[in-house]
Amino acid sequence: MPRIAGVDIPNDKPIWVSLTYLFGIGRTNSRQILKEATIDPQRRAKDLTEDELAKIINLIDKEFLVEGALRRSIQQNIARLRDIGSYRGNRHRRSLPVRGQRTRSNARTRKGPRKTVAGKKGVKELGK
Amino acid sequence: MSRSSKKGPFVNEKLFAKVMKLNENRAKQVIKTWARACTIIPEFVGHTFEVHNGNKFLKVFVQEDMVGHKLGEFSPTRVFKGHGGVKKPEAAGAAPAAPAPK
Repeated sequence: MPRIAGVDIPNDKPIWVSLTYLFGIGRTNSRQILKEATIDPQRRAKDLTEDELAKIINLIDKEFLVEGALRRSIQQNIARLRDIGSYRGNRHRRSLPVRGQRTRSNARTRKGPRKTVAGKKGVKELGK
Repeated sequence: MSRSSKKGPFVNEKLFAKVMKLNENRAKQVIKTWARACTIIPEFVGHTFEVHNGNKFLKVFVQEDMVGHKLGEFSPTRVFKGHGGVKKPEAAGAAPAAPAPK
């Protein structure tokens, strides 16, 4: 099992699928990398030679932010929004939707599980 | 959809002129403005604006990181005071469960 960008170990799937196991590499990026490295995307990861693997690792190192580095950069971007006190930063702080979505209903991804308020109108009818 | 880059950033011209004048005189002065839609450009860094939020003017000191954002992003128009009317003390205890604003 080859090892790319630290801990990630893709396996005996087609190499273009294996690469998408890296955080920060999806299908588009994966295909692009293999095109650049002139490797057939359908070959299995285990069939690759050392040279080909090195080529892929090199390309990823050079051109892509993956895994920890990418996660860090995302966190930094959010921290920046918070630090400057922008509207978007405040939305992150309060874990509410950031991009202007409605919050009267839905928005559950950001708000998490419903917190039922006792005594509020409609609570009894809903049986919650 | 984002703004066409062909047009460049939107900057309120009156405000821009005022800032340039201050920069020329190396002066710092609080500028009152309603131009919430005005993009913050590098020339604005270090100035303080009073940005209208529909009710009053809120002081916004422009830092380098704010370049590219709009003035209005730093002057909230809504103030969330929390839910709960009937049982006030309980509501106050429940509110900080969510990450406290500011």
